[in-house]
Amino acid sequence: MANKISDETIEYVGILAKLELSDTEKEDAKADMEKMLDYIDTLNELDTSGIEPMSHVFPVNNVFREDVVTNGDGREETLANAPQRKEDTFEVPRTIG
Amino acid sequence: MSKQYETVIGLEVHIELATKTKIFCGCSTEFGSAPNTHTCPVCTGMPGSLPVLNKQVVEYAMALGLATNCKITQVCKFDRKNYFYPDNPQNYQISQLYLPIARDGYVEIDTQTGKKKVRIHEMHMEEDAGKLVHDEWDDTSLVDYNRSGVPLVEIVSEPDMRSADEVIAYLEKLRMTAQYLGVSDCKLQEGSMRADVNLSVREVGSETFGTRTEMKNLNSFKAIAHAIEGERQRQIELLEEGKEVIQETRRWDDNKEHSYAMRSKEDAQDYRYFPEPDLVPIVISDEWIAKIKARQPELRPEKLERYKKEFDIPEYDAELITESKKVADLFEATVELCGKPKKAANWIMGDMFRLMKEKGMEPEDLKFSPEHLAKLIDMTDEGTISAAVARKVFEQIFTDDVDPEKYVEENGLKTVNDEGAIKEAVEKVLADNPQAVADYKGGKQKAFGALMGQSMRALKGKADPAAVTKMIKEMLEQ
Ligand SMILES: [Zn+2]
Ligand SMILES: [Zn+2]
Repeated sequence: MANKISDETIEYVGILAKLELSDTEKEDAKADMEKMLDYIDTLNELDTSGIEPMSHVFPVNNVFREDVVTNGDGREETLANAPQRKEDTFEVPRTIG
Repeated sequence: MSKQYETVIGLEVHIELATKTKIFCGCSTEFGSAPNTHTCPVCTGMPGSLPVLNKQVVEYAMALGLATNCKITQVCKFDRKNYFYPDNPQNYQISQLYLPIARDGYVEIDTQTGKKKVRIHEMHMEEDAGKLVHDEWDDTSLVDYNRSGVPLVEIVSEPDMRSADEVIAYLEKLRMTAQYLGVSDCKLQEGSMRADVNLSVREVGSETFGTRTEMKNLNSFKAIAHAIEGERQRQIELLEEGKEVIQETRRWDDNKEHSYAMRSKEDAQDYRYFPEPDLVPIVISDEWIAKIKARQPELRPEKLERYKKEFDIPEYDAELITESKKVADLFEATVELCGKPKKAANWIMGDMFRLMKEKGMEPEDLKFSPEHLAKLIDMTDEGTISAAVARKVFEQIFTDDVDPEKYVEENGLKTVNDEGAIKEAVEKVLADNPQAVADYKGGKQKAFGALMGQSMRALKGKADPAAVTKMIKEMLEQ
């Protein structure tokens, strides 16, 4: 294993992903991520000079819809998933601002 | 303070596009509906839902890019910007980082020292977030996703502005361009145009930039000007005290006239962008660009030139009228109907702008029809109503869009051309004012004004003043 994930990195990634990991979970995640980076290193051994970067896996482009309203009042369906509903809004813990 | 400082400002401007539907789903973008009515699995980020790009968004963004002298990126794509916040149900915003729709443009602004170019670094398409309202009573936040997925264009300038005045001129220019193109109404108070200000200061003559801060939450030109002045002062004070400016995002509170740093730990600016796998690339052909170019409407500079040539109105009038597309449209439609550009311009420049100012209205709030103004101009010209009556009727048109013909008829405001009626009124005024009559006959010209005023009042302002003057003179000389 060539790649090493530091304690700081795993801590930082956890903050970004809003995950609280136990010490064993952190070690497991580190091992997984190191393996992923090693795999990328393998891919990097290929000579890709002169190859257009691929931006999508399908050879398709320009999929559009016309600017026409097709959806009606979606309130009830959307709010059915609200952990807490207040009138017609989602009620969440207070955010800053 | 011995050192001279220069302010360096770059802007990120978000403009909400005037499409009927959201960027990736068929939900309506109508403003002001009940919370969460315009939502579906796509714009609320439900697992398994798939976005499909609204073609109109691409065409509006291209139009804006071309009008601001940008190069269109002919193979462009979307990326995911990851962050967690309750206004963002997907936990990512679909935006463009690597291949934005347009790049390397500029607009020209007027400054105190002449014309100046503000360069545009890039312009990208993205989706808006939902709206959070804070419930003071329960100390919670309430989320409405109607705005989630509404299409935006974000325009990133180079750090080319040096004062609040230049920033406002740049924003006015973008707003006018977008309005003329019909791609956005750019209403700051409704949030359809928003600006984030990146600001740093440096000693005059310095080649390197100072550390910049970013200010968000600016929703009026006044707030932007205040925030720039406040932040400039704050940074200069830090430097004068030998302290450092910290690169951070600050929130401007216009009520307190003070900016404060947003919490930074939870706020790490690491968005881990990656290509959006649910959307395919956009390939823009030369033909497509040509089609959008051909469709571009007349923008303000050309319109201004045409007005001066075609309508023979003063440059100052042409400038004020073309400042808003809405006013220019109103003017042109009126001229089309009555064929009298100078008179149409006079109404707009005079009574219309005065009433707008009195009522604190924006051009977008105007709601009277050009048909009624054109008719009013014709009626005044034909002598159906006097100039004084016309001004009163205009106020009614302005506020309630009344039909002037009907209004004049119903309120008996037609000009009194009946000589008998004028004679009767004047006779009575002369009989009631023997002193004024004697004064006038004794050589006091001033007394004539009093007799004239009373006669017009007796005729309720509806008589032709020339006819009344003639009648008074005739009767006094008898
Ligand atoms: Zn939707
Ligand atoms: Zn943005």
